[in-house]
Amino acid sequence: MKILVCISHVPDTTSKINFTEGDTKFDTNGVQFVINPNDEFGLTRAMWFKEKQGASVDVVNVGGPETEPTLRKALAIGADSAIRVNTEATDGFYVAKQLAKVVQDGGYDLVIAGRESIDYNGGMVPGMLAALTGANFVNTCIGIEIDGDTATAIREIDGGKETSTTKLPLVVGGQKGLVEESDLRIPNMRGIMMARKKPLNVIEPVETTQETKAIKFEKPAPKGDVTLISPDDVGQLVTLLHNEAKAI
Amino acid sequence: MSVLVYTESEEGKFKKAAFEVASYAKEVANMLGTTVTAVSINASDSSELGNYGVDKVLEIKNDKLSTFNAKAYAGALQQAAEKEGAKVVVVSSSANSKFLVPLLAVHLHAGYASNVVALPESTAPFTVRRTAFTNKAFSKTEISTEIKIIGLSNNAFGLKEASGAAMAEGFDPSLSDADFALTVTAVDKATDKVSIADAEIVVSGGRGLKGPENWGMIEELADVLGAATACSKPVSDMGWRPHGEHVGQTGKPVASNLYIAVGISGAIQHLAGINSSKVKVVINNDPEAPFFKAADYGIIGDAFEVVPQLIEKLKEFKTNNA
Repeated sequence: MKILVCISHVPDTTSKINFTEGDTKFDTNGVQFVINPNDEFGLTRAMWFKEKQGASVDVVNVGGPETEPTLRKALAIGADSAIRVNTEATDGFYVAKQLAKVVQDGGYDLVIAGRESIDYNGGMVPGMLAALTGANFVNTCIGIEIDGDTATAIREIDGGKETSTTKLPLVVGGQKGLVEESDLRIPNMRGIMMARKKPLNVIEPVETTQETKAIKFEKPAPKGDVTLISPDDVGQLVTLLHNEAKAI
Repeated sequence: MSVLVYTESEEGKFKKAAFEVASYAKEVANMLGTTVTAVSINASDSSELGNYGVDKVLEIKNDKLSTFNAKAYAGALQQAAEKEGAKVVVVSSSANSKFLVPLLAVHLHAGYASNVVALPESTAPFTVRRTAFTNKAFSKTEISTEIKIIGLSNNAFGLKEASGAAMAEGFDPSLSDADFALTVTAVDKATDKVSIADAEIVVSGGRGLKGPENWGMIEELADVLGAATACSKPVSDMGWRPHGEHVGQTGKPVASNLYIAVGISGAIQHLAGINSSKVKVVINNDPEAPFFKAADYGIIGDAFEVVPQLIEKLKEFKTNNA
């Protein structure tokens, strides 16, 4: 089984978000970048496939040279080889088109991508990639098993979960649940040393159009002060929620 | 060239989000000087949609579509959009909508903006305001394709009633076997509980509750309010509560009218995930908890004393306002 895990290079979840160049660009100054958390759950799940069912695992990122440390981290965690599509990830459709080329050239059976990146939150790349390559698709996936060419997947729905079966090739929009937080792997020294020798192939982008464009960013307006209520007067909270906030 | 809106239903009844996307679509249609066409799939009474500005409903009744199927639903919506010559398609942010829209976007060659929180700022160029960086920022985004798809955030626009009649028309999209390449074998859904996505009010518990055995009062508080229950990341990681309840940056986003956090300190990732909620209340015994900076109302106190009192006061309130 050939598995491809799509890796987004995103600011660490604790990052303070700022913008520059007249609020048109994300300010990377002082920001630590990581593997997108939704992708990291998928990467770990792919490692299990590799160890238990003998799969090969490649990772891919669409981005400039600055994203290579993130791909090396994925290699240190255990991926076999990495691909970087050398272009700026401008919007979801553009990224999906680049990945579609990689998927078609590589003949992957299973593609695991995060359900969304935690930076632009488009939430469209996995589905678009499936549509572009003609693969089956399961979004918000929290569990997957493969037997031969049949996949059984569990996805999160509003208020519960749903199990389905389908055939490979399959694209999965993954999230926590594919593996648990405690299953995530921190690269060890041996992994880091080996990652240096693993292939990281840089390929040039295919020409395609961009459908959407982020023109300007804005931070939420600062919040007013909290209204504190004494723990001895809890009824006051009910009154305020009803009369002032009109929330109940 | 009407505005097309996908109005979701469950067991024949429209979801609240369906009326919200219809209300939104009506305003967009007004901006463009056109009408609204809704697509309903196995809904029993589509005339309700007229109350939210829908002019015409393409009613699909098909047993094969009784269970949600992203590919088949996307195919049906694509055919509806083509039949109507729609230039704008509006959908909700439900799990099912987010599942099918990327497929629809590719098939319609449409640009898609998700998590949109307001009406288009302009229609030429077509720009929308959406959340980015998991609610830590907003992004003004231009959609430059001929057909545009807008994914509206839950609770971002609200309901706008209109007085009109929706003309119903049967619609029978052609579906192929390939559309059903995925077979749903089991659905596990609590029918007696409000889901976080649909909830007006969410009550959420954190590590301050000390253990899963103490969740009774969170559930009781949620019951009194008709709210959904949620939890912080550590609580789901420790297995006190199911993952489906984890709200925050790597969990579910919450955009309820009221969010009540009990024993949650308010890590930056948690606050990002719940930022779109309109009114935020925190109950925590640590006055230094960062949540107090993000909340509208706060009680510094022991949750085990405050919450039972709050439940009593809410019960009194409900009796007096019944």
